[in-house]
Amino acid sequence: MPGDLRDGRIVIVGASLAGLRAAETLREEGFIGSLTVVGDESCPPYDRPPLSKQVLLGKVPADTTGLPMRRDPDADWRLGVRATGLDPLGKRVMLADGESLPFDRLLIATGTRARPWPNPEEASLDGVFTLRTRDEAGGLAERLAAGPKRVLVIGAGFTGSEIASACRERGIEVTVAERGPAPLVGALGGTLSKLAAVMHRNHGVDLRCGVTVTTLRGDGNGRFTGADLSDGSRVDADVCVVALGAVRNVEWLAESGLAAGPRGVACDAGCRAFDMYGIVTDDVFVAGDVSRFPHPLFGYQMLSLEHWGNAVAQAEVAAHNMVSPGPLRRPHLAVPTFWSTQFGLNIKSVGVPTYSDHVVIAQGSLEARRLAVVYGFQGRVTAAVTVDMAKSLDYYKHLIETAAPFPPPPGSADRAIAADITIPSDVPDPSGLSHGPTVALTGHLPDRRLTVVQPPR
Amino acid sequence: MDSETLLARITDYANRPNPYPLYAELREAGPVVRQADGSYLIGTYHEIAALLHDPRISADPRIRTAPSPYPSGETVKPPFLRLDDPEHHRLRTLAMRPFGPPHSPGRVDAMRGEITRITGELIEELRDRKQIDIVDDFAYPLPITVICRLLGVPREDESLFQAWTDSIVATADIGPEEDTTERDQTGRQARQEMGLYLVNLAEQRRDRPTDDMLSAFVNEPDPALRLSQEELAETTVLLFIAGHETTVNLITNGVLTLLRQPEQLDHLRREPGLLPRAVEELLRYEPPVHMRERIPHADIDIAGTTISQGTSVVLALASGNRDPRRFHDPDRFDPTRPDNQHFGFGSGIHLCYGAPLARLEAEAALGALIPHLSTASLAQDPPPYRQNAMLRGPRHLPVHL
Repeated sequence: MPGDLRDGRIVIVGASLAGLRAAETLREEGFIGSLTVVGDESCPPYDRPPLSKQVLLGKVPADTTGLPMRRDPDADWRLGVRATGLDPLGKRVMLADGESLPFDRLLIATGTRARPWPNPEEASLDGVFTLRTRDEAGGLAERLAAGPKRVLVIGAGFTGSEIASACRERGIEVTVAERGPAPLVGALGGTLSKLAAVMHRNHGVDLRCGVTVTTLRGDGNGRFTGADLSDGSRVDADVCVVALGAVRNVEWLAESGLAAGPRGVACDAGCRAFDMYGIVTDDVFVAGDVSRFPHPLFGYQMLSLEHWGNAVAQAEVAAHNMVSPGPLRRPHLAVPTFWSTQFGLNIKSVGVPTYSDHVVIAQGSLEARRLAVVYGFQGRVTAAVTVDMAKSLDYYKHLIETAAPFPPPPGSADRAIAADITIPSDVPDPSGLSHGPTVALTGHLPDRRLTVVQPPR
Repeated sequence: MDSETLLARITDYANRPNPYPLYAELREAGPVVRQADGSYLIGTYHEIAALLHDPRISADPRIRTAPSPYPSGETVKPPFLRLDDPEHHRLRTLAMRPFGPPHSPGRVDAMRGEITRITGELIEELRDRKQIDIVDDFAYPLPITVICRLLGVPREDESLFQAWTDSIVATADIGPEEDTTERDQTGRQARQEMGLYLVNLAEQRRDRPTDDMLSAFVNEPDPALRLSQEELAETTVLLFIAGHETTVNLITNGVLTLLRQPEQLDHLRREPGLLPRAVEELLRYEPPVHMRERIPHADIDIAGTTISQGTSVVLALASGNRDPRRFHDPDRFDPTRPDNQHFGFGSGIHLCYGAPLARLEAEAALGALIPHLSTASLAQDPPPYRQNAMLRGPRHLPVHL
């Protein structure tokens, strides 16, 4: 088979953002063969960011966030059926309905699912939710609309914080329990986590940090009634949202021989999957949240990103490379970016904030709730996070791409008074947090000579 | 060196009908082109984009310390268009409260019906006429009526505000080696008089609000969100002028472009659904704002050239819009163009405040005109242009129907 595949058979496993964008790009690249997209959810690809925002606020129904198609990918959509295995030698994907799909090229874009509450019995109580899918968001929105007395959110990462924000905006009492020292600390480090904590409290959130939830309690009818916390206190609530981060959907690859584990499927900068010996495969590609890939700007560490923008950019690169011969293949070098809206603030990030040792407030101030925080590692800029100041983001992105010296040079009119005083970035070890990281440096935090090796389950 | 005279040649009135070959020369000589007076001219897309997002770059003319092709002697506090953050952010946010999201998300959309009605009336008046002037008969009356309605300015006062507008817009022009003292004096006076006029109008609505923005400004209940008298004057003068001047040029440039390219006119007549994209392409291809000035707060490096603090840098937005390193086949007007991130409304923190309104008006105007232009032709090509090089557009556009 030639390197520049024009016809033949391509299978994409995963029918969400990355899968759809890859399918569209394949057709744009001139692929005229058969294209099959497999998804375990029964609906066409939809957008997830609104699920924790507009949907919970009741502004749009959960089933109206379908992703617009840039073009008809002319694909055979196999929706509502799960992939159960991969035979790399026979080049087939096995499906839960017993069928198997032969392929010339495969794209793995199975993404993640919400990390469930560890006790299945407690997790099944009526009123206990996780938030990842359209159905989950629809169910939770319905409960919020019914006006619960109190909502308990477990985990103060981005999803947990956005849920808490939506509850407060609807006038619902909410308690947030977080094992770490502050909300968002795992993604943004110490400085901005202090602002996040203030925003929670100013908006009337009952924020409890440094505690874990030990038990979810139900009444005799299996209805959630409250939870016990590790500090001995008890929270009475009628809805609980478990926001402990995400689990990568890799179980179906367990027997495939690919380098697939809890942190995702490892691939090279061209999105080609590695096998378990670290040998790159020729016809299996990976994109989106389920991938982990090396990035030259961040010490070639394997990154796994749960970012909307990464799913799009990586899917486009993967699709291009799937139908292009070796020398014409492209690397996936996009600088990571993500955004969140919560408590009336627009938070945007570029680079990898956890890849840092120090930060400065370069523009604005915490007091004004409007600022740009720049992150540095060993004297170069590695990330920036803006709060209500997104127009500066491109400038900082350029500093990251060019490995500009940290702290960044002076000059802006709204420069913070202490813009040359660096403070430790204070990024905690993710294993001490409730909320899983949305950016995982899957090797080690750069300022620690420590590698966390997770044993297989 | 020829490139040192580029700005002088671009602003030369003789080149007003077609500055685009000069922009090509600018990009060729660039990216950063020093002018004879020590200022700099930049016309390449990526460098312009980077500068418009660079927090070290100021829009405030008062921080200039070196020669500039812009009028000097500016000591009073300018409107937010030419202020930096955080002051710019404060004023723009306050000005946005009665105009757009998050506080007034429906304001522009609610104008849709009225805009359709006004365009309908204007079209009606064109019936049975053999020759019309697109500017005076259509492109000017529509946006001026709309901005009067939005702000709450009586249309009957036209003779007043038109004269003020002309004087103020003249001072916003650009051009080296020219004595602008008298022009600037007239402009300053017009700004003062117009500010006073608008503040007085607003005062008449204190506690008696009518549904317009002047009423909203003057009746803001929260003292922390209120504009001072001086800020109200500066801001409303800006909103009034920027709210219609550039839209006149956008609509006129649209008709001119379509009459020069009958196949595109025909295409849009057959596919009216393309109109929103055609407006975007127009904003790229013939933008109403050709240049903006910026001044670095610190010595900055752009593509290997160091520009000192306080030096005037002119960004040729219209040239960036035609940069072949950004846009495929940039000199072609293509309403189906994908990935059309133009500088028609600028970029960065000063991105056009009124863009949603301008889009709506341009779509309505062109949508109403296109069915009547099938047998139309230009009476004069190129048409007579206005003096202004920065806010470029025809003074008249005579058309045979």
